[in-house]
Amino acid sequence: MVFLEFEKPLEQLYEQLEKIKQVGEQSDIDVTPMVKELEKRIRKTRKEIYSNLSGWQKVQLSRHPERPYTLFYVSHIFKNFIELHGDRLCGDDKAIVGGLANLDGQTVVIVGHQKGVNTKMRQYRNFGMANPEGYRKALRLMKMAERFGFPVFSFIDTPGAYPGIEAEERGQAEAIARNMFEMAQLKVPIVVTVIGEGASGGAIGIGLGDRVYMLENTWYSVISPESCSSILWRSWDYKEQAAEALKLTAEDMFRFGLIDGIIKEPLGGAHTAPEEMAKTLKRHLKQTLQELQQIPVDELVQQRIMKYRRMGEFEELAPVSEKEN
Amino acid sequence: MGWFKRLKDGIQTATKYKKEAPDGLWFHCKECGATTTSKEMRENFFKCPKCDYHVRIGSREYFDLLFDNEKYTLLFDNLVAKDILEFVDLKSYKERLDTARKKTGLNEAISVAVGKIHRHAIVIACMDFSFIGGSMNTVVGEKIARAIEYCMAHRTPLLIISKSGGARMMEAAFSLMQMAKTAAMLSEMAKMGIPYFSLMTDPTTGGVTASYAMLGDINMAEPKALIGFAGPRVIRETIKRDLPEGFQTSEFLLEHGFLDFIVNRAELKDRIGELLKLFAPALKAKA
Ligand SMILES: [Zn+2]
Repeated sequence: MVFLEFEKPLEQLYEQLEKIKQVGEQSDIDVTPMVKELEKRIRKTRKEIYSNLSGWQKVQLSRHPERPYTLFYVSHIFKNFIELHGDRLCGDDKAIVGGLANLDGQTVVIVGHQKGVNTKMRQYRNFGMANPEGYRKALRLMKMAERFGFPVFSFIDTPGAYPGIEAEERGQAEAIARNMFEMAQLKVPIVVTVIGEGASGGAIGIGLGDRVYMLENTWYSVISPESCSSILWRSWDYKEQAAEALKLTAEDMFRFGLIDGIIKEPLGGAHTAPEEMAKTLKRHLKQTLQELQQIPVDELVQQRIMKYRRMGEFEELAPVSEKEN
Repeated sequence: MGWFKRLKDGIQTATKYKKEAPDGLWFHCKECGATTTSKEMRENFFKCPKCDYHVRIGSREYFDLLFDNEKYTLLFDNLVAKDILEFVDLKSYKERLDTARKKTGLNEAISVAVGKIHRHAIVIACMDFSFIGGSMNTVVGEKIARAIEYCMAHRTPLLIISKSGGARMMEAAFSLMQMAKTAAMLSEMAKMGIPYFSLMTDPTTGGVTASYAMLGDINMAEPKALIGFAGPRVIRETIKRDLPEGFQTSEFLLEHGFLDFIVNRAELKDRIGELLKLFAPALKAKA
């Protein structure tokens, strides 16, 4: 088990528990009451820690090395997944995966960022930072979904689109812009879930949908707290403050009307009970799809566009006479 | 209160827009080091008379350069930003907004105007870099959305002149969602067959490039502008090596297939006039 900074009290309790269990195994002493007591304290401590997480703590949780990634959910929610590679233009991006699958009898198309599960794979997946090929592969699959009337499920988990020379040469900006332009008009339901990190253009490049959900301990914003700190505070040391200022948690995003719902995680985060998390997520995805499939597709597209059209708050001053120059 | 209260009460006494280009008598070119008179520079379409460097100018300069007889009507100029997140870093967002408004005499980082170029009606949305780095926030997104709706209602072509450091951090996810909002609205306009021209000027980066700037039916840029998604500093720090010469310039983008052409500011008005003439039949056809 990997413990985060703010989970230190838990880590200590787990260590004690291990020791007592060892004592129990190596002697005749009945440790059951002590084990029970410790387990009770662990539950209580976990509840205390997790009932009041700061923005920065949620950012840390969203990056937990044991957190389930897109392919985990794909294998636990869908059946017959066939991964489809390549953008038919330039290459196959490893930071975005996609393919066809079956959701309880329905054919669907899946796209999502994929992070690596160990050091070697993290490199291979480029830490979930996609190049233009990733966005274009996702678009190719979504256009195929549209042709055959398959709904699209998108999973977001990225620290950002990759800032590299080749990415710029091949039009990172154009790829992200094009995806949003096309996703706005896609004539099939699109259900988006932020399952980890939702950083900026890299996230929204596959993030425009009829319903956008965030798992409880994820974040979504225009910039990472670290980069925000370095630009606005001119130092890397203000990431906690930046995380608070950006109001990037699922709760904030829902309160602002920028996402459509929050999906609860098991106490302690998705990684503590990944199968349970997948079950919960599946229930939400299925229910959402059922709702969306009731809506005629042209109406669905109009509702989708109007949802984004309305996003944002501003002041409208008393009529300033339209001045002619 | 001052500024805001006055405007809210409908008293139009906001400071007049301050021309972005240098007002002094002399112009020192930061590109070639030459010194000429400011008048010479202005009469040369705000370019260095010696090396043709395109000086950074604001929305009013572009409007004057482009619209017939320098005549146009500002649209949606009464929209102003709200500090939705109560954002505070080293300064508060409220303070930053106040300073920007006072310094520029503008309400936001984009201005929209309708007028004519070569007698063809056109809506121009032009960003101002002097207003918080030309950053895109909710008001920028909203004004673009309204400009698009205006163009759809009147079957008028749209030109967006981008000049921006990217999305505005102080409105966080609200700024981010303007990328989706503007892209979605442009897709609606495209369905109606109304042409959209995108002009990228120095600099066009981040969420602006990755949304409306790259989505033109015609993508064009001024010479030698910095255009990209990630900033050069971020890329250099990520890949830990030097960037090739000319990386992320207009010329680089043209070479890699992301621009239709590069246009000198001296020819900008005529070029847009030609485009408007060529696209005119499409506008009539569906009217
Ligand atoms: Zn010069």
